[in-house]
Formats: sequence, C-alpha cells, structure tokens
Amino acid sequence: MASRADPGGRLRHAPAETSRPRTRPPLHPGAWWLWALALGTAATRTTNPLLLALLMATSAYVVAACRPHAPWARSYSAFFKLALAVLVVRLVFAVVLGSPVPGTRVLLTLPELALPDWAQGIRLGGPVTAETLLRALYDGLRLAALLVCVGAANSLAHPARLLKSLPGALYETGVAVVVALTYAPNLIADVQRLRAARRLRGRPDRGVRGLLQVGLPVLEGALERSVALAAAMDARGYGRGADVPPRVRRTTGVLTLGGLLGVCAGLYGLLTAAGGTYGLPVLLAGVAAALAGLRLGGRRTLRTRYRPDRWDARARLVAGSGAAVAAMLVLASVRDPQALNPGVVPLVVPSLPLWPAAAVLLGLLPAFVSPAPRHRAAPAPVREEPS
Amino acid sequence: MIRFENVSVTYDGAPGPAVQGVDLVVPEGELVLLVGPSGVGKSTVLNAVSGLVPHFTGGTLRGRVTVAGRDTRTHKPRELADVVGTVGQDPLSHFVTDSVEDELAYGMESLGLAPAVMRRRVEETLDLLGLADLRDRSLATLSGGQRQRVAIGSVLTPHPRVLVLDEPTSALDPAAAEEVLSVLQRLVHDLGTTVLLAEHRLERVVQYADRVALLPSPGAAPVVGGPAEVMAVSPVYPPVVSLGRLAGWSPLPLTVRDARRRAAGLRERLAGRDTAAVRAPGAPVEPVPVPRPRRRFGRARPGEPGAGPVLAAEVRDLTVTRDRVRALRGVDLSVAPGETIALMGRNGAGKSTLLDALVGLVGPDGGTVRTGGVAPHRASPRELVRRVGLVPQEPRDLLYADTVAAECAAADADAGAAPGTCRALLTGLVPGIPDTVHPRDLSEGQRLTLALAVVLAARPPLLLLDEPTRGLDYAAKAHLVPLLRALAAEGHAVVLATHDVELAADLADRVVLLAEGEVIADGPTAEIVVSSPSFAPQVTKILAPQRWLTVGQVREALA
Repeated sequence: MASRADPGGRLRHAPAETSRPRTRPPLHPGAWWLWALALGTAATRTTNPLLLALLMATSAYVVAACRPHAPWARSYSAFFKLALAVLVVRLVFAVVLGSPVPGTRVLLTLPELALPDWAQGIRLGGPVTAETLLRALYDGLRLAALLVCVGAANSLAHPARLLKSLPGALYETGVAVVVALTYAPNLIADVQRLRAARRLRGRPDRGVRGLLQVGLPVLEGALERSVALAAAMDARGYGRGADVPPRVRRTTGVLTLGGLLGVCAGLYGLLTAAGGTYGLPVLLAGVAAALAGLRLGGRRTLRTRYRPDRWDARARLVAGSGAAVAAMLVLASVRDPQALNPGVVPLVVPSLPLWPAAAVLLGLLPAFVSPAPRHRAAPAPVREEPS
Repeated sequence: MIRFENVSVTYDGAPGPAVQGVDLVVPEGELVLLVGPSGVGKSTVLNAVSGLVPHFTGGTLRGRVTVAGRDTRTHKPRELADVVGTVGQDPLSHFVTDSVEDELAYGMESLGLAPAVMRRRVEETLDLLGLADLRDRSLATLSGGQRQRVAIGSVLTPHPRVLVLDEPTSALDPAAAEEVLSVLQRLVHDLGTTVLLAEHRLERVVQYADRVALLPSPGAAPVVGGPAEVMAVSPVYPPVVSLGRLAGWSPLPLTVRDARRRAAGLRERLAGRDTAAVRAPGAPVEPVPVPRPRRRFGRARPGEPGAGPVLAAEVRDLTVTRDRVRALRGVDLSVAPGETIALMGRNGAGKSTLLDALVGLVGPDGGTVRTGGVAPHRASPRELVRRVGLVPQEPRDLLYADTVAAECAAADADAGAAPGTCRALLTGLVPGIPDTVHPRDLSEGQRLTLALAVVLAARPPLLLLDEPTRGLDYAAKAHLVPLLRALAAEGHAVVLATHDVELAADLADRVVLLAEGEVIADGPTAEIVVSSPSFAPQVTKILAPQRWLTVGQVREALA
C-alpha cells in the first residue's frame, strides 16, 4: 500500500519490520493445549504453595513471552482474576464453615450459629484455626494454579484454531461450539463500548447500575450479530455436503451407533467383576467401530484444509516439556509425598523440594523454543481507527 | 446469469410486499447498480440472489429467481455458494475466523478446493486487494476500510461467477473506495464476473455501471436502463448529474471527464462570479481567524491564544496511543464557536481517535486537550455533557430506551434540561416521528437525528459527529446539511469526521486533513479540497480552475 511510504522518517524502522518474511508458522495449537494441560495435571499432584507458585510463574512467563498480538490473547489476566476469586471464596468458606482439620492454634472465634438437629454435622461460625486457613489456602492455590494453566492455553492458542485439527465429520459441530464461545468476548467488547457511550449521555460510565442499563442493548446487539453471522456462513457454503449413496450413510449410522454401544458395554464389563473376560475386547471393538463411523462420516463433508498446522519439532518440544513436568511431579508425589503435600497438623513451614522444582522449570522451554511472533504481529504504523 | 421473473417478497407480519413486480435479467459479465432511496428493498433484492431471501430471512417469495440456471427455491444459500459471493453491509458480522489469511481461505475450505489451489488464490487475492501486509493480523484490529477489503477478498477467493455487494464503499475513504471499485472493474473486465451492487454514494460508482436498476419507491417495479437514462428520472443522483440537470445537458454526463468536456459554456457563464467569496450559503458566521498555534521553537508558548475568542476546543501537541499503536502524534487543533470543521483522511488516520480525545473517551499520552475549558478525560460525565456532545459512528450506541418518548425523557434528565426539550428538538429536526416507536425500527436517517436530538438536549457548544452520512441516502443527507448549518449559525462549533467529500464541501468552513495520526493540512475548505485530487468534490473537478464547491453555489450564482 502506498501509505507505507513515510516521509516523516519517524517510522523508519517500521517497513523493515513489517516486510520481514514470515519466518515461522505459528505453533500447532494442540501443542500449547497439551503443554498447558500437562502443567495443570502437575498442579493437581501437589499442594506445596511454593511449587504451585513456581508453576504459575512458569506459565505466566511463557504467556508473556509467547502470546501473539490478538484480542483473545488478553484472556490470561481474566483467568488470573478468576483464580484469585476462587482462592478468596475458598478461604471465606473455610472461615465461615470451618473444616474437619483438627487445629489447635485458634486465630479468632466467630459467633457460632445454633443449627437445628437435622443439620447436624454442619457448623456455622465458631473458632477459626491457623491450620484450617492454611489447608484452605493450599487447596485453593491448587485450584487457582489449574485455572491459570487453562487460561495460559486460552491465550496462547485460540480454541478456534484447534478446530483445524478436528476430523471432518465433527467439524460443523465444532464451528457451532466456537461461534457460541466467541459470543462471550464479543459481549465484553460491546459492554465496554456501550459503557463508554454512556459517558456521552452524561451518565457515569462506571458502577453496577451502568452495567445493568446497557445489558439489554448489549444482548440485543449480540443476538443480531449472531444471526448476521449465521446468514454469512450459510452464504459462504458452511454445511455444504457431498452426495453420498444412502448405503454409505446407513453404514455410517450403524457403525457409529454400534461403536458407541460397544464402548458402553465394554466399559460396563470392565467395571463389573463378572465381565472381566469380555470387557476389554468389546470396548476395543466399539472404539474401532466408532472411529470407522467417524471416518466414513467424513466423506459427507467436502471440506479441505488451508495450511493445516504442522506437528513439527517445535510442537513436539513444547508438548514434551509439559509432559515432562507432569511426569516428574507424578513421580515425585509417589516418591516424596511429604515434600509435595506439606502437612498442616502440626504446622510446618513448607520447604521447596529441589528436584521437583527443577522439573517445573522445564516448563519454561516453550519461551525459548517458540518466542512471540511479536515483531511481525504488532507492526508499528498500523492505521487503526477503533470505532 | 441472474434472472428475476415477476418476483415479489413479503416478509412475515409485514402489511405489504417489500418488493414486487421485479423483472430483471443480468447477463454474464455485466456490472449492474441497484439504486433507490432508503427502505425501498434494495437489500431484499440482493439477498434474493444469494438465496438468503427467503431461506434464511423467512417470508414468502413469489415468482422465480435463477442464478446460473439454479432456482433459488430449490437451492439453499450454501448450495449457491460456489456461484454467488455475497458481502453484506457490516463486514464485521461476515467474518467467521479470526485472522485475515484464514478468512480468505474459509469459503474455499467449505467448497473443498485442493490445498495447492487455495494457497495460490489466497496469495493472489492478498495482492489484488493490497492486503499482503495484513495477512497475519487479527480481524478485530483492522480499520473499517481494511475490513471491507478483507470481506470482499473472502468471497472472491472461491472465484464466484456472481458477486453481490451491499454498500461496499460507504465506510471507505475516497482512495480506498476507488481501490475497491477498480478491483471490481478488473473482475468484470478480466474474469467476466457478474456484479450486482447497491450503493448510496452514487458519485463513486455510477460511472462503472453498465446498467442501473432503479427502485423508485417501496413496492414499485424497478426501472432498468442505461445509467444516463435512469439518472435522468432517478430521485437519487450524484452531484455531476445534478449539475448536468441544472445546465440542461443531454444526454446527462456521468463522469467528471464527460462533464468537463461539456462545461466550457457553463464556465463562461460563471466566469468572474466565482472566487472564494462564494461561501456555503446559510453559514453567516465568518470563520473566526483562530491563530494557528505555531510551534516555531518546538514548544507551544503558553498563554498564546488568550487574545482570541474563547475556543470551543483546543488541542495542543496531542499524542494518543491505542493498543500499542500511536493513533495520534503531535496534533494541534483549535475550534472556534460557530465554526464547522471537517476532519478528513484515510481510514485509520486517527479521525475517530481525535474525536474520542475531545470527549475524553481516551486520555492523552502527551500534550493537552481542553474542551470548553476543562480536560475532558478528567471531567465528570455530567459536567462534560454540557460542553461537548458526540454522535458516534453507530448512533444506536447512544440509545437505550425502548421508545422514542422514553429516550427523549431520559435525555432531558441526563442533561438537566427542562422536560420536553429533547422531544421539541427532535420534532424541529424531523417532524413526524411517533413517540411510541422503538429506536431500532427507525430508518438510518431518523435514528441519526434522534441521537443528534439526544446530544443537543444539553446544548453543548461543541458538537462532534463521526461519519454522519454513512448509510444515508441523498434525501436524508439533504435534510442533515441545513440542520447542521443552522446549528453552526446559532454558535455551535461542529466538528465532523467524514469520508464524504460532497458533505464536507457543502458544510465545512475548514478542512483538517489527517494522515498517520498527524495533521497534514488545515485551512479553508475551498483551499484544501481544490488542491487535492481525492478530496475534491465533483463540482470542483468539473469547473476547475474556477473554485466552486457545490451545485447549490452554482445555482445561486446563475440565478
């Protein structure tokens, strides 16, 4: 575009950056999700606050280093706030409801509410002990770490990009789900815009009342947009199917349905004591039939994929680093349960177990393997006019 | 290629048909322009081509529509997707994916094209529409013009034989609009694509059309013919046609070039009567000679403008960063009472950001903004609303209530004005909007006027409008212009950000051109637009070197 030519010279650095060849394609989104979920798995293995904090810091560092410049990439902070809220709620519950942890160090005593007989076993108020609080803190931290890991996955790879890797037969369902998911971020953007518009009307643009008053217009707008999007998708060929002979269609149905039934029967067999012999083979046969059904169903869709994400060496490294963290912590939780789950009775200062901590640091690998595409995703002289 | 046979469409619950008696044949490779005032059913006709009417919208379609031999009654929109590409009015609601490149590929993926073909076509389309620099960008971060080009690109990649476009250029700056239109022209010439498009800004498109289909009024049968003959009877027409009618030229010229060749006589008659002294009629307040703050030594001297009249707004060395992007850098601007200023420039040049800074929606990262003597981003909303009012690009954002009456009552309460102020203003602006109607059901023009009345209820000395004529037909525009002139005459300062050069010529005393977030020109309208090829209105181009801006001026001079 002609406008790139900049007489001012102030932007002289910009063309070099924007015209830089696209050096590396983005990482496979599956790799990010595996990495993040593995970190989450690792978080469930421990209640050691130091390890959990280290895990969260690891994910935060990687997100800061790797996230692309896109609106959805900002969801990390939202998840962080959510995690904080969960932690606070957990602590409040522990204070109000107490917990079965036998504690001796009473910090304060809340007035206890007398409950009727049928509510025996529930206590409201009463003494709050340091042990109770600490246990709640550990538990809450574990949940928070899990949430933060999911948030990291969300901001590193948009769930929509995972769609590209879905089998053809499931694609359309997937699109529907993703469109439903993008409803929420659009809603938030609308709320921000309309609250700003309230300022133009001379009304305060903060506060709960402001939020409530823009509620209806926001919902209306979001609904209208969804309908418009559905029309656009329809006109662009979404849901076009190939003609398949009725025989193939029937076979697909039988295979999928039969396969799912087989999976149920097989699982039942595995779980009941009597069916130990037929359980596994039936389960395997069911899975195979269901997969065949999916594959055959894929014939009905014409879809092809444009530049599918490649599962390359970087993706393997990223997913592998996450898996390594999870594996090491699982191993550690078996070998050294004391260090990973510090007791609260009696109160002890949790110590940082050395080699599990080192293992967590393995999760930093993606920051070096696949740093942010920032230099090309955020070109300086964009002529943006957010409306 | 497209054939309408006695088509009428009635939506569910509507008292009468939205369109009826449509008989229209568009042969292959033709560019047909659909024109008519707002609300005559242009979008209905367009959507009937892609099958969205009636498959998606509901309603009853009588008659028959065939596209490339396929009857839309038996083919759903998705089964027409390989022959028809449709772009609606709002590109943002058209996007399915979230990055430019994926969006271009989406339609092809649905049609099941081979990966190698897709790759090639995406690259071709990126070049064709000048999007190569944006290929990795998220769609949410694009400016309006960029979005429109991506939307057109996304339906071009499957190589449809028919392209249907609803107002493709109304959100674009003149240069970007020309870019898009020349792409369409190339598709028609080189690929034999059939194009059917509706557009309000006729001055941009009419010369590209092979034929024009005019829907004169709601429910009336279309008039189809060559552009010149249809323009002769059309209730909507561009300035060049207006000038042609005034001068009695026949056949009517449609392009500036044709008009210039005829205009020798007219120029003679007008000779000596032009000069810059001819000002937009009805703007009695001479532009106050505001001393342009000169930064001779790099810094503005404090207290410099104290000698002049009290300014409605003053911006000094303003720098604003939005989303890590410098949207404005070192902008200086003074707005005097009674003055009308048009902010012009490319999409994304920073016009909206400057307006937002003037009402305090964004705070400055450097420099100062004073609106009516206060810093707008720090002022409380109640205080600010009496100093400055902004009608945003989407006037609906301002409206919350479910009836016009409730909206007006709320506006009075917000502004602390006497009850009935807003309603009286609205009736003064456009008579005949009933109290009970929902703001959503108003036409674009009526909704804009309602938003304007809401803003004016607080009598702000400074009135800002962001793209006020987007989606307005000529009649609504003709109504808006005297209205804004009257406000300026009362002493309101008016600043409008617009791509509409005809509007700016009609209305503005001063034009400020922005580029890359900097002010590149600031001066009287006549001086600025006359010297600019892309911002000059049609009348100026036709009558150059004389300096006329609007048909109204010419008519007055001849009278």
